Amino acid sequence: MSDIEDLYIPALLDDMAEALERLLEARGIDNPAMVGIHTGGVWIADELHRRLGLEEPLGTLDISFYRDDFTRIGMNPQVRPSSLPFNVDDRHLVLVDDILHTGRTIRAAMNELFDYGRPASILLAVLAERSGRELPIEANVAGLHLDLAPHQHVKLEGPESLRLEVRETR
Amino acid sequence: MSGNIQLDAQGRLRHFLTIEGLNRRILTEILDTAESFTGVTAQQVKKVPLLRGKTIVNLFFEPSTRTRTTFELAAKRLSADVLNININASSTTKGETLLDTLRNLEAMHVDMFVVRHAESGAAHFIARHVAPHVSVLNAGDGRHAHPTQAMLDMFTIRRVKGPDFGRLRVAIVGDILHSRVARSQIHALNLLGAGEVRVIAPKTLIPVDIEKLGVHVFHRLEEGIQDVDVIIMLRLQRERMQGALLPSEHEYFRLFGVTEEKLARARPDVTIMHPGPINRGVEMESRVADGPRSVILQQVGHGIAVRMAVMSLAMRAGGVPDEEREAS
Repeated sequence: MSDIEDLYIPALLDDMAEALERLLEARGIDNPAMVGIHTGGVWIADELHRRLGLEEPLGTLDISFYRDDFTRIGMNPQVRPSSLPFNVDDRHLVLVDDILHTGRTIRAAMNELFDYGRPASILLAVLAERSGRELPIEANVAGLHLDLAPHQHVKLEGPESLRLEVRETR
Repeated sequence: MSGNIQLDAQGRLRHFLTIEGLNRRILTEILDTAESFTGVTAQQVKKVPLLRGKTIVNLFFEPSTRTRTTFELAAKRLSADVLNININASSTTKGETLLDTLRNLEAMHVDMFVVRHAESGAAHFIARHVAPHVSVLNAGDGRHAHPTQAMLDMFTIRRVKGPDFGRLRVAIVGDILHSRVARSQIHALNLLGAGEVRVIAPKTLIPVDIEKLGVHVFHRLEEGIQDVDVIIMLRLQRERMQGALLPSEHEYFRLFGVTEEKLARARPDVTIMHPGPINRGVEMESRVADGPRSVILQQVGHGIAVRMAVMSLAMRAGGVPDEEREAS
């Protein structure tokens, strides 16, 4: 798996920013608001936010309170407050996460976004999408496609120098 | 009284009965979690689905509108179903009656009891007898403890003064003897490492062994508030005036009422706290209560966030250990 771990993330981010710009243009969206999901998603969103030159501050979501497995595994001990420094109503949003895996995080994030208002649309951008989807959720922009076995776990390390790490979890 | 009943096998909060027996890690976790819940009020839908499908019963054997309301609102913001049951204390002072009530409610598949009772130890008693999946929160028992009130005060102090309790000098003023809040506050301040904790009250309203808790006792307000960063006022129960403990409201105000004039001795940025409702002109003058250094109304809002934190943390008990969690 060392080929994944040797990936140069800034180049992927350049590609993602370009793809996102093309997509926004094709959809006629000129002033999207960007929202990153804690923790890795915020790092990626930060990078994309800068590359796209968006003026409005980045929104951040901690979806711990919206997870569907709370009764099973309890609460994440390090929850940060969500912060959406703009009105969500009628806005076109770009939701950003590091890894798209089961799709459950994205579902939770969308539930939370809708508790802030009714967005005009939501696009999903992820650094990497991997196999293992459990919900009908796909990314509009993905920097990377990973075919991993269920016991393999990929994690983004950062934020100083972003790096993907693959762990075997049996 | 052992604090261990409050923790699950992994040392995480299961019941919240008293600050005693807890540690700084747990208190900090409550404060951090509360911090993250403050964002919920910014949402259009002021609710998170965390405790959806859970049933929380406010079991109040002693009337209290304010505390019950904030517990109720906290539970509702977490999407739990809430039942308010007010029971006339006189009909249930015997333990057996209390247990009967408990068993009846348990049969309705309740997940959490929030208990307020005039007798010290009532919440502990209930916690010892509930089914393994049920959590108990103490919303005030006799003169013993009122831990969520103490935690919302700690939360308020941390928000106003920053996370370093070590540099803070905190004074608690009022009826220390009868106050369950004061006891919980002293334990919490000690665990969080407060620089100095003082209690200020007439001799008749200070418990004899209070110094064992590591506090400094003052009988004169002017001396006690010298250079303090935070003044926590306690509510003076007017019924105490009828006994021989206090001369008169007027006399109390003259000696222990906080006024702008007396405040000149405290630090200029001193923070004034009070659990409400204030007896204006007895505990403090209105100029202080409504002044810029008062955070009394902020405390109310913090009460909801702190109670949401304690409820969600207690509901997590019995789950898989934190270190086995895996993000997906």
